Amino acid sequence: MALLQISEPGMATAAHQHRLAAGIDLGTTNSLVASVRSGQANTFADAQGRHLLPSVVHYQAAAAPIVGYAAKAAMTTDPLNTIASAKRLMGRGVEDVKQLGGHLPYHFVTGGSAVPRIQTADGVVSAVEVSADILRVLKLRAEDTLGGDLAGVVITVPAYFDDAQRQATKDAAKLAGLNVFRLLNEPTAAAVAYGLDQKAEGVIAVYDLGGGTFDISILRLHKGVFEVLATGGDSALGGDDFDHVIAEWLLQEAGLVGSSDRIILRTAMVAARNAKEALTEAETAPVELGEWQGELTRSHMGELIAPLVKKTLMACRRTLRDANLDKEAIQDVVMVGGSTRVLAVRDQVASFFGKPPLVNIDPDRVVAIGAAIQADVLAGNKPDSDMLLLDVIPLSLGLEMMGGLVEKIIPRNTTIPVARAQEFTTFKDGQTAMSIHVLQGERETVETCRSLARFSLREIPPMVAGAARIRVTFQVDADGLLSVTAQEQTTGVSAGVEVKPSYGLNDNEIETMLRDSMAHAREDMEARRLREQQVEADRSIEALEAALQADGDVLLTAEERTALLIARDQLVHLRQGTDHRAIEAGIKALEKAAESYVERRMNASIRAAMAGHRVDEFKE
Amino acid sequence: MITMTPTAADRVTKFLANRGKGVGLRLGVKTTGCSGMAYVMEFVDEVQEGDTVFESQGVKVIVDPKALVYLDGTEVDYAKEGLNEGFKFTNPNESARCGCGESFSV
Repeated sequence: MALLQISEPGMATAAHQHRLAAGIDLGTTNSLVASVRSGQANTFADAQGRHLLPSVVHYQAAAAPIVGYAAKAAMTTDPLNTIASAKRLMGRGVEDVKQLGGHLPYHFVTGGSAVPRIQTADGVVSAVEVSADILRVLKLRAEDTLGGDLAGVVITVPAYFDDAQRQATKDAAKLAGLNVFRLLNEPTAAAVAYGLDQKAEGVIAVYDLGGGTFDISILRLHKGVFEVLATGGDSALGGDDFDHVIAEWLLQEAGLVGSSDRIILRTAMVAARNAKEALTEAETAPVELGEWQGELTRSHMGELIAPLVKKTLMACRRTLRDANLDKEAIQDVVMVGGSTRVLAVRDQVASFFGKPPLVNIDPDRVVAIGAAIQADVLAGNKPDSDMLLLDVIPLSLGLEMMGGLVEKIIPRNTTIPVARAQEFTTFKDGQTAMSIHVLQGERETVETCRSLARFSLREIPPMVAGAARIRVTFQVDADGLLSVTAQEQTTGVSAGVEVKPSYGLNDNEIETMLRDSMAHAREDMEARRLREQQVEADRSIEALEAALQADGDVLLTAEERTALLIARDQLVHLRQGTDHRAIEAGIKALEKAAESYVERRMNASIRAAMAGHRVDEFKE
Repeated sequence: MITMTPTAADRVTKFLANRGKGVGLRLGVKTTGCSGMAYVMEFVDEVQEGDTVFESQGVKVIVDPKALVYLDGTEVDYAKEGLNEGFKFTNPNESARCGCGESFSV
């Protein structure tokens, strides 16, 4: 007979209608699948009892792709047909890959597609297809373990994943035949795994130290609702760096410093890693390299890696500042990632935050477990559960304004889902179209932000400059996908885009953009002022010329007209310079020169409006 | 009378401990499925009036009077089949089962 599981009271399903759900941690190095059975969330093992699935796919001619440990073994024998770390390519464009190119051994196919494609013995594959092959194996494992088809899954993504990367993840799931309930940020999943969502209030730090990356996220729980306040980290710092410093010490002790023998270097790395892992349990670990034998103590290793751990804590401090919080505000610290098994890391994190971090769930599995718990809720297996998880957008989203300035519509760290609208107007008389350029970034000018999409709103009824009202709405859904619409308010004519950017940013680039925005804050502010004054100058000149053409001959004497044209030429000249104060003065001078002309025009138009009417018609 | 094998009882005890609350395990039947009836297993937070409570291997097994007619004499086991694992019922009242074994008739 079928094997049964225990449901929550009153939540048992009819036969053949089990709402089977799973959580998937689709990682750069390893992936996992987990599910809740009989009230307990567990990761699932393969037939050999291994829970981790290496995120590696080996493609061979006319054969099904091999995924996992066997594929990982093929990395050395058949590197060109064995794709690892496909997650780094998700949602990326060909241009991005050129930058990463040096590190990737694959044959990229050029042309014909916006997404990078890799030539393998089994044909051309994209990162989405590689990820789909990994997801297929996890799906099969979950369905074999649960004894039925999956109703849906929750897949975790890094908090810094942008729209394109999230969309690519969803595409991969679709390709693998999975129904995605939703994507969930990795730190949020880790907090859920510890049941921190069951508390009423609190601020939580999620410290995620993997093999090659470090992420810190600050979450706030408010009335049972999760919100990601800020994220930060270092995309080039992880447990592999610990191995490096330990290996360097080994080489020094063994008198082999400066050796270029690859075998010795590799042996040193392996010895370093083994010693590091042994020191989680033991106080001392024996080490040997070549002829040399010695031992490494736990406290000595702590000293060796201390500068690296300190770097992670500096990132914690920056992220806390981003979230506008003191470290005393943090109530719980969740540890994620295999490198948090190192006791020196736990100790330093504990002393930084002033409290012991949560470590009792396997840090490699904690994200998948949280995803499984969330999937169980979304599948409808929990009674009246109202767990709603909120995330934030990593970089501000905005629009290009006249003069190449960026107007931010949704500031960074805004929780999603979110919709924000702002009204804009036309710049020129009779303007019937408006080009809308969507940008992402923290700086003030278009060149320093990343372009996400462009579209045009046409058929705006011709009006004088500034009269049209165009409402632009930015909407970011729960998965972090952006859509932008523009609507002219009098006619209702509208246009919009779903933003699936041709390529995205990695966390390194996001961090660089953030750092730049701080480093260039002053010059950006100056640039913004200059552009604003230039736009203002253009507007004044434009308006004056339009007026002169309309009634300049009627209302002005020749001398007055000449004086105005001199003031205008002066402003045109100043506008070409870079002194925003001078331009501002020029605008003021032109306005002053035009004062009486403006007055006369106003009187003339009132006269025209009242012509043919009696005065008492204008009385209330 | 409903009984549990030691393996099944051990599992239920662990699941209850992990859940952090609950007094025992409810066995029941639902009139659905392709062959008439389906088994139901749920955690119990409160024993209802009229429920029969059995104690087997230290686990409270709770059954409502209607379901007891179909379940009396059942033994609950915990089994692994390939990667899948879960509870298995041996019910003397059962006369037929659907092909997948998820539902039964008496």
